Amino acid sequence: MSDPTPALTLTAPDAIPRSAGVGLKPAHYRTILEQGPYMGWFEIHAENYMGAGGPPHRYLTAIRERYPLSIHGVGLSIGGERALDRQHLSRLADLIRRYRPGLFSEHLAWSTHATGFFNDLLPLPYTDETLNRVCRHIDQVQDVLGQRMLLENPSTYLHLADSTISEVQFLDAVSRRTGCGLLLDVNNVQVCATNHGFEAQAYLDAFPMHRVAEIHVAGHDPQRDDEGRPLLIDTHDRPATSGVWQLLEHTLALTGPLPVLIEWDNDIPPWSALFEESRKAQQLLDRHIQHPEAGHALAS
Amino acid sequence: MPSQAEYEADFVQALRQPQTPPPAGVRHPGSQPPALRFGVYRNNVHVSLVEAVTRLYPVVQRLVGEAFFQAVARRFVGQVLPDSPVLIDYGETFPDFLDHFEPAARLPYLGDVARIEWAWHRAYHAQDQTPLPPQAVARIPPAQVGHLRLGLHPSLQVLESPWPALSIWHTNRHDAQVRRIDRDSGSEATLVCRPDMEVLVCAAPLGTAALVRTLSTGANLEQAATQAVEQPGFNLQTSLAVLLSSGGITAFRF
Repeated sequence: MSDPTPALTLTAPDAIPRSAGVGLKPAHYRTILEQGPYMGWFEIHAENYMGAGGPPHRYLTAIRERYPLSIHGVGLSIGGERALDRQHLSRLADLIRRYRPGLFSEHLAWSTHATGFFNDLLPLPYTDETLNRVCRHIDQVQDVLGQRMLLENPSTYLHLADSTISEVQFLDAVSRRTGCGLLLDVNNVQVCATNHGFEAQAYLDAFPMHRVAEIHVAGHDPQRDDEGRPLLIDTHDRPATSGVWQLLEHTLALTGPLPVLIEWDNDIPPWSALFEESRKAQQLLDRHIQHPEAGHALAS
Repeated sequence: MPSQAEYEADFVQALRQPQTPPPAGVRHPGSQPPALRFGVYRNNVHVSLVEAVTRLYPVVQRLVGEAFFQAVARRFVGQVLPDSPVLIDYGETFPDFLDHFEPAARLPYLGDVARIEWAWHRAYHAQDQTPLPPQAVARIPPAQVGHLRLGLHPSLQVLESPWPALSIWHTNRHDAQVRRIDRDSGSEATLVCRPDMEVLVCAAPLGTAALVRTLSTGANLEQAATQAVEQPGFNLQTSLAVLLSSGGITAFRF
């Protein structure tokens, strides 16, 4: 009885290059394999590849043979009160053994409760209690997976009155205490800055950039809140706004080149449009490669 | 300050009950309760899960129309949350939900049509295995066939319905203009298997489901056929030929 999916013969992960990558979508599998486009790397949502077999694994195996891969989890509920789901952690460990990603990241959010899995990234108050718990969870993840993970700043819509620590301080503390890296989503920064009324650039200036190992760029949907104020929804269904691109530039000026991912998860465009969006990110990255002295944060 | 557990319990309560106001502690001092802001989370949860169910059951949606389907899916999602972050496993109980959904009682075959769609989804994500070629049985000496134990493909499923569920599924899945199917035209059995990249859905001869059920317990062909022969119209050769030609058999053992 043979398994027709040839096993990958990877012994070590391919590092994610400091270039533009895109989220891998089933609608683009064939185009990518037929055209072999110039693309630095791809990122997948871990949970979409937790079936036993079938076309998703077949395509991912073929693409992984040609490109570096990053795995982004959306269901671990690291920010939740409950103990982490051991079964889910072991599914992640299997996936990481199978595909040898250059990076693994998850969210500062919760999604699992005694009543079930909510399939959304829910906000947590930033307190000493949650800080200790998030650190314990991340220690456990890095222990089980046997590798460093990145933690992503969330997009949020509510002001949590119980928070006693700022988000930037919280992420910085988690990263220092656990050794995890950070994934900086500049669209989430823009979304939160608008929704909570702070300066996005000031958030970036305070962010511990030397711990950032990956950047996300995405589109959002402008709405209005209960009092008629702008409310941005993190939808990943359209190109990034010029404001988000400016935040990327601002960040790259502080960090120098880093892996930059275009996240486009809903209303998936044709491959050509997604590729175009990734070229915009690459052009910004190229400018910083030509001025390597800008990357002081990395050298520190 | 409430503990994190209390905060989460209040948050979840408000997510699940649209009439519940947003939990305390999620507003700017002095502002109104942020119903629209909290609604973003409620909406994300609901819309994403309804979309997951909609992707799984396109034929059911075609049968009942989009508006009705969205209403049923919303009701389902309101009652059944995923029990793990692996959404590939979510929606398995939707066919049972349809069986008991009073407003759809006029379409008693709906649950069985949905079961074919779930079987398709399961086959799509099942473990890969190479099937035996259809001519493989020809190499077995006829006297020994009865002693064979079969390795069944991980994606193989055989479903029986008292309704013409396969005919209804087939025309609604493949035809721009659906064929008229007489719902009283009798029972049908459906075989679902994914021998390679494509999921195959075809008619199974009567008794195949019973045969496969018994074979999957490790019984040999003779024992399994004895069980299945109680089904009217069962013919071992016909059933075996369909199992082989659909790629449902991966190994012979004695």
